[in-house]
Amino acid sequence: MLRYILARLVTFVPTFIGVTLISFAFIRVLPGDPIIVMAGERGMTEERYQSLVEELGFDRPVLEQYWHYLGGIVQGDLGQSFVTKRPVWDEFFALFPATLELSICAMILAIALGLPAGVIAAVNRGKFFDRALMSTALVGYSMPIFWWALLLIIVFSGNLAWTPVSGRIDLLYYFDNTTGFMLIDSILSGQKGAFGSAVRHLILPTIVLGTIPLAVIARQTRSAMLEVLSEDYIRTARAKGLSPARINGVHALRNALIPVITVIGLSIGTLLAGAILTETIFSWPGIGKWMVDSISRRDYPVVQGGLLLIAVMVMIVNLIVDVLYGFINPKIRKR
Amino acid sequence: MTTAVNPTDRPGRLAEFWYYFRENRGAVIGLYVFAAIVVMALGAPILAPYGPTEQFRQNTLVPPFWQEGGTTQFLLGTDAVGRDMLSRLLHGARYSLFVGVVVVGIAASVGILLGLVAGFAPKWLDTIIMRIMDIILAFPSLLLALVLVAILGPSLINAMIAIAIVQQPHYVRLARASVLGELSKDYVTSARVAGAGIFRRMFITVLPNCLAPIIVQAALSFSSAILDAAALGFLGMGAQPPTPEWGTMLADSREFILRAWWVVTFPGLAILITVLAINLMGDGLRDALDPKLKRS
Repeated sequence: MLRYILARLVTFVPTFIGVTLISFAFIRVLPGDPIIVMAGERGMTEERYQSLVEELGFDRPVLEQYWHYLGGIVQGDLGQSFVTKRPVWDEFFALFPATLELSICAMILAIALGLPAGVIAAVNRGKFFDRALMSTALVGYSMPIFWWALLLIIVFSGNLAWTPVSGRIDLLYYFDNTTGFMLIDSILSGQKGAFGSAVRHLILPTIVLGTIPLAVIARQTRSAMLEVLSEDYIRTARAKGLSPARINGVHALRNALIPVITVIGLSIGTLLAGAILTETIFSWPGIGKWMVDSISRRDYPVVQGGLLLIAVMVMIVNLIVDVLYGFINPKIRKR
Repeated sequence: MTTAVNPTDRPGRLAEFWYYFRENRGAVIGLYVFAAIVVMALGAPILAPYGPTEQFRQNTLVPPFWQEGGTTQFLLGTDAVGRDMLSRLLHGARYSLFVGVVVVGIAASVGILLGLVAGFAPKWLDTIIMRIMDIILAFPSLLLALVLVAILGPSLINAMIAIAIVQQPHYVRLARASVLGELSKDYVTSARVAGAGIFRRMFITVLPNCLAPIIVQAALSFSSAILDAAALGFLGMGAQPPTPEWGTMLADSREFILRAWWVVTFPGLAILITVLAINLMGDGLRDALDPKLKRS
């Protein structure tokens, strides 16, 4: 097992270096001089320009610049935002809890509905339930989520006025940012109605972000269950006279879960990509919206740093999934 | 469909494929819907009642004809500057299909080539190619496409290039895996013993036997290319207004969502139907081409 983990770690390092290279190259291949962009409409004096070139290290050889950049990354220094002048690292971690909260809720929704849907469909294979559930899953899988978000806003925020359109909480409430998770902070604040407000703000973004993972999990669970249900040990369990609930829920589902867990792990990346659209539409102050705003403001250090941090995060999650997978399924380790 | 990609068809292969494809009712429906969309896209200049950018300034935000205030002059209503929705949607189909064809064309040809090379090449080259693919896959695809478009400048062409770049690692992995599966088989060894050169073995001996999973992947990436291009358009990083691209149309109409449901509903519905039809076909293709699943 240890050797398997080490082997995975060894492939992690070159990928990490490659990711840093891409995000480093990014600021250099952009059209236009980033310093001119930074100056904006007002322009800047020649002296100021020169001092900035020196400050940002653009006058040194590229290799040295990269080395410096890499050194900075290791120490958690990703440069400063052109716009807010705050360190990219700080901004990222200030906004990250918002994205994490939304992603966790979306994932919980996707798993809570997707797993049972897949199991029910597999058990009722070819019957009405199977067809209905799988058609719905395919529609969800094909859904342009930005449009789905707009439809939900029309119905639930427009016609029914049940949910707010944007943000994380009503402006009425103000409390300290203790954990960064609005659901927890609102309870800690002890203000009446704050928690309810946070929940109402969370509902639509959660549905929108959870839709595609939900469909993927339901489809994957169904096909994994179908494969397992034809195994001999299931027939044995049936012959022993175990109840269908026990056979399907315990014997079959447990083994069907292995590929499903992989899919869940791998959809973290999808979730972050989905967060870009979801957060933009619902003005959710998280990483996705931050990246989109920074791209349109040409705030290059933020785009560069955010790209790197997101990629590293996806890589770490994939690594954990790989290791977990080896843990659950010993056959993989042998390869 | 397979005749184009399987030049070495035995007689009856297509018939067999169709036999299995037909089994899947959803796939057949998907095929018909997709064919209808292709017809609409090709015939858009004839079918559309007006030009896609023609403005009727007296008729802004006219609802569809069945609703109060709507007229049969504009069947699906008009948008905020008085352009006919139906005409724009029909023309939009051309952009979406174009995006799908170009992206899959670039991503599949580059991806298959790299995958073949990785499969046949010595270990070090294989490792280099696959590591680069791992690096590309470490970035969430939409985010990487977004950043690439920011570098290249927002336009539909650049969006297509960016989407093709983020999609091709999937083809590389798939092609390499199938090549490695085939390489140890006897017919490849016998081709080598018979004196077939490396290029002949790559493209004529092995490649045709690796195509089944790649065709399925092509169908799936066709639909995700359409979705991603629409998403980029929606974020203002794809096709630029007044292009009647569906995602761009949605972005234009966002501010009217609570006043005029039709300007938001129809473009999204068009994307959904197109993507759904292609995914249905993709499922059917997978069932028909994958021998493991055939009898399950």
